[in-house]
Amino acid sequence: MDGKCSNGLQVSGLACSRDDRLLFSGLSFVVAPGEALLLEGSNGSGKTSLLRILCGFRDADAGELFWRGRPLVDSDYLVEMAYVGHAEGIKKELTVLENLRFSRALNQPGKLSIDQALAKVQLAGFDDNAVQTLSAGQKRRLSLARLLITANTLWILDEPFTSLDRQGMALIETLIGEHVAAGGMVVMTSHHDLNLPVARLQRIHLDTCH
Amino acid sequence: MSLTAAFFAIIRRDLLLAFRRRAEMANPLFFFVLVVTLFPLAVGAQPNLLQTMAPGVVWVSALLAALLSLDGMFRSDFEDGSLEQMLLSAQSLPVLVLGKVVAHWLVTGLPLLVIAPLLALFLGLPERAMPTLWLTLLLATPVLSLIGAIGVALTVGLRRGGMILSLLVLPLYVPVLIFASSAVDRAAGGLPVSAQINILLSMLLAAAVVTPLPTAAALRMSVN
Repeated sequence: MDGKCSNGLQVSGLACSRDDRLLFSGLSFVVAPGEALLLEGSNGSGKTSLLRILCGFRDADAGELFWRGRPLVDSDYLVEMAYVGHAEGIKKELTVLENLRFSRALNQPGKLSIDQALAKVQLAGFDDNAVQTLSAGQKRRLSLARLLITANTLWILDEPFTSLDRQGMALIETLIGEHVAAGGMVVMTSHHDLNLPVARLQRIHLDTCH
Repeated sequence: MSLTAAFFAIIRRDLLLAFRRRAEMANPLFFFVLVVTLFPLAVGAQPNLLQTMAPGVVWVSALLAALLSLDGMFRSDFEDGSLEQMLLSAQSLPVLVLGKVVAHWLVTGLPLLVIAPLLALFLGLPERAMPTLWLTLLLATPVLSLIGAIGVALTVGLRRGGMILSLLVLPLYVPVLIFASSAVDRAAGGLPVSAQINILLSMLLAAAVVTPLPTAAALRMSVN
């Protein structure tokens, strides 16, 4: 891994520990446009911690992160990334439409309009429903719809398939496939058996990264 | 331009949320009214004593009501992941924080402004002190929200942060309390109050400029 990857996410020598327990160390990888990275590992192996480091929520104990060849902090990283984590980040008292409008106001508007994105995640017609009336799977699809309405190239997804049914999973797999095919990047964790339609899929097993 | 849009979007969202949870939001106001109305009952029928105490009673109750309302400022955002999304926003976090504080003040501070003159009248505060009371509330309740935001941002990640929050924030509230109640007191006695009002105004301006930065930094720490 010599030289910095000039148009993607590069991570080198990353280490993270929690309560004096080393989760992983010496972790290096590159995600280039058109690639997806699937993080695997047992519970507590540091998958979520790694994603939170990638989001800048926590600091790594060692290692460096680069976005398009520049350190994360002085790049356009925040503009170009989008994150869907365990907590959905949607307000249950607001309607579907109000939630998406707010996400759009916080970020740069993306390619799809809110209506198009809702149709894509099969929530068309739910615009004016309060989120607390939706099922868990529908909420999950709503939080994933956020990825479609804002301008971004890197998706960071923490267990995106939680509480989705078989059809919902297939839908999200398709969306990930389309995003990557259009030159996007995805870093995700999942312990479902996936059938990702992605040509360049890397897998990193965190239990072996010591 | 989109920063302004994000600023107003956050105010709009928080006002909408407050409207949908209005029972919860009315609590601090209810507390304020309750505390002030209990005083005459406890002190007894001594109009002169009540009149002397009125500025202090109204201001202490307003301060405690503000303290009571603080915890809700970032709590639900922290719990449902909205805070994480705010930190990842491409917009400047201190500006978004300022938006949240403005919305918080509109929901908790503004109602005090409406109801306080009524309660002050009830305690027998002279009419000539009313404009000053109103002005001190207008200038100083936003300061309470702005300073409180730092404390809430520091404690939002803790399970029981309530006690620590009061300990952190109350010492910083004391100067506001002193100048505000002294202004009302002097106005009631027919003395000039421009010095106190100027100090409160400068506190407001300083707090509006300075506090969003540490609040944003504290939020980043709490999300970690």
